[in-house]
Amino acid sequence: MSAATYELSHLRTLESEAIHVMREVAAELERPVLLFSGGKDSIVLLRVAEKAFKPGRFPFPLLHVDTGHNFPETIEFRDRRIAELGERLIVASVQDSIDAGRVIEETGPRASRNRLQTTTLLDAITEHGFDAAFGGARRDEERARAKERVFSFRDDFGQWDPRSQRPELWNLYNGRIRKGEQVRVFPLSNWTELDVWQYIAEEGLEVPSIYFAHRRPVFARDGMLYAASPFVELIEGEEVFETSVRYRTVGDMSCTGAVESTADTLEAVVAEIAATRITERGETRADDRVTEASMEDRKREGYF
Amino acid sequence: MAATNGSVSAPPRMADLLRFATAGSVDDGKSTLIGRLLFDSKQIFDDQLEHVQQTSERRGDGYVNLALLTDGLRAEREQGITIDVAYRYFATPRRRFIIADTPGHEQYTRNMVTGSSTADLQVVLIDARKGVLEQSKRHAYIASLLRIPHLVVCVNKMDLVDNDEAVFEKIADDFRAFAAKLEIPDLTFIPISALLGDNVVERSLRMPWYEGPSLLHHLERVHIASDRDLAHPRLAVQWVIRPMTEEHADYRGYAGQVAGGVFSGGDEVVVLPSGQRTRIAAIESYDGELEQAFVPMSVTLRLEDQLDVSRGDMICVPDSMPIVARELEADICWMADAPLRAGARYTIKHTSRTARAVVEELRHRIDVHTLEPVPGASELGLNDIGRARLRLSSPLAVDAYSDNRATGSFVLIDEASNDTVGAGMIASAG
Ligand SMILES: Nc1nc2c(ncn2[C@@H]2O[C@H](COP(=O)(O)OP(=O)(O)O)[C@@H](O)[C@H]2O)c(=O)[nH]1
Repeated sequence: MSAATYELSHLRTLESEAIHVMREVAAELERPVLLFSGGKDSIVLLRVAEKAFKPGRFPFPLLHVDTGHNFPETIEFRDRRIAELGERLIVASVQDSIDAGRVIEETGPRASRNRLQTTTLLDAITEHGFDAAFGGARRDEERARAKERVFSFRDDFGQWDPRSQRPELWNLYNGRIRKGEQVRVFPLSNWTELDVWQYIAEEGLEVPSIYFAHRRPVFARDGMLYAASPFVELIEGEEVFETSVRYRTVGDMSCTGAVESTADTLEAVVAEIAATRITERGETRADDRVTEASMEDRKREGYF
Repeated sequence: MAATNGSVSAPPRMADLLRFATAGSVDDGKSTLIGRLLFDSKQIFDDQLEHVQQTSERRGDGYVNLALLTDGLRAEREQGITIDVAYRYFATPRRRFIIADTPGHEQYTRNMVTGSSTADLQVVLIDARKGVLEQSKRHAYIASLLRIPHLVVCVNKMDLVDNDEAVFEKIADDFRAFAAKLEIPDLTFIPISALLGDNVVERSLRMPWYEGPSLLHHLERVHIASDRDLAHPRLAVQWVIRPMTEEHADYRGYAGQVAGGVFSGGDEVVVLPSGQRTRIAAIESYDGELEQAFVPMSVTLRLEDQLDVSRGDMICVPDSMPIVARELEADICWMADAPLRAGARYTIKHTSRTARAVVEELRHRIDVHTLEPVPGASELGLNDIGRARLRLSSPLAVDAYSDNRATGSFVLIDEASNDTVGAGMIASAG
């Protein structure tokens, strides 16, 4: 901010926009919830929530859809951050959905719990009566997201219909819904991966250690490096070796690829992201590679 | 090692943000242009490019079709058209950009209005071989209706007209003649070839007669800071912060985003519609107390006196107040299948306040072909634009849209379906 010229940097402009969105949701919807995974986008989302309502508390709980296949470092970070804030975290567990017979665990070496999360999320939304869920998704992440509204209206099955999205004009958001329907709200829609990292650096936010370079046993598959963990079966010929890696996203251990890196400080990470030649999802997410439209398909089913 | 990993010096303070929208008729080269801007400014990642190469080959395009970079939804890929607004992001060392990529056809007017509503600058594409078409005029008209201060006309496919200066000048003249009827404060023409990259990022040697900047150069330098209204302070209260903790027992903060002007601590303010007056006790943000707040900062105001202020109230200063109105004349872009007719009732959302509105009279409809107002219209159909008079169930504190895009705009919401059915720009109020 510069008082003489009244100019706001692009990060502060994006932050201001995100705060505006959060306050609109708090005012217009009955029971919002903030989806907090412990990943960098939701860390930023949480900070924006703190800012929007200070010195009050933000008027919504936090929800984590826990696949049970998370990196332990992420869960440790998640619990510590929540304890510091003194906030309530609801954990919706994919394992519980499996145990209850709501979903069926995939099997085989490429099994992932990613798709199963949708059922667990929708069940939790119904159970708690949430009508709005904040997510940290950004439009630069993926081509279907590029077309999604900030207020993404979902029917009573949680489904997204890209052909009938509500027009979204100026900064006027329409949060009207009928009982049973919900909105997914993406206050960071206009942020890029680099913006998120620059913001984390400017704000001095803590992030899980796996975002920084560390040595880890990994194996190569489909051109990506995956962590050796109890959640993946190796295919014949795959060999575990140790190298210095870091993560660009923190999804499941089973389907999130690591990047070889020696960036072990925030500065080095920001520099690496600024220079990267590969997209975040392309480099790290096996789930998006399945078909050309896999994200669009999962969103239509009710995914984040 | 789950700390912030040591102290970090702030990353280079990036420059400001420019939002621009692109419009063009189908096949004018809009996707190619955006692909080119992203590609030449090195914002295309290797995996995206590889994907485009593979898809181009599979489709038998014969060249790397950069237009494929911007195809979003399956239906769009299948039909080879753009249906909905897509947002793209790129940055140069000078600026960070948000592109709203909007479809051009008249059946998608509502999408163009949506994408352009927040734009600082509008790019209109014209095919050099076709010249100024009805569509181009419509795009310029919508840009002026939305009060986008900067319009850039890119005359594309110059390679197909031998990079001929006369062709370019003829199109610019035709366009200027039409634009004279519109309010476009800043109009720029650039001859380009999106396919070859001429005058997109670098100036082209193939058009030595053109002395202006490349498109990117222009986007990086166009002056937008003075487009904001810094003279008329406005903040619509979104949320009242009342922590009700021991520490903040009597705290009341009015949270909102500054929609115009500059507020300073100690300023005398008026709260509308009630008209109560007081002073600003403090301007607060998470990061501490601020001396001033200006557009578009999200802040919290504390007032000196205990007033009854709630969501939807407008805080402003005594000598430059908006109009408190129960009747509005507005230009409306209609976005629903069921038409707007006189007598219909809707929910109106203006800043953070909602009210009910009844359409008293439809003054005129704009003919999509001639762009002239046609009086005596009985309805506005999907994608129509027209002028209507609305009566409100409770007063709103409004400005003319030409004075302030944030406090001069509203949406209409259908009370049965909850859909956003209309976008309104206030012409006058009383
Ligand atoms: N020769 C030439 N062809 C172009 C140029 N720009 C776009 N095209 C071609 O025009 C066609 C339509 O372009 P596209 O970007 O898909 O148009 P859109 O419908 O406006 O997005 C494609 O075949 C492009 O390769 C140009 O500057 N010169």
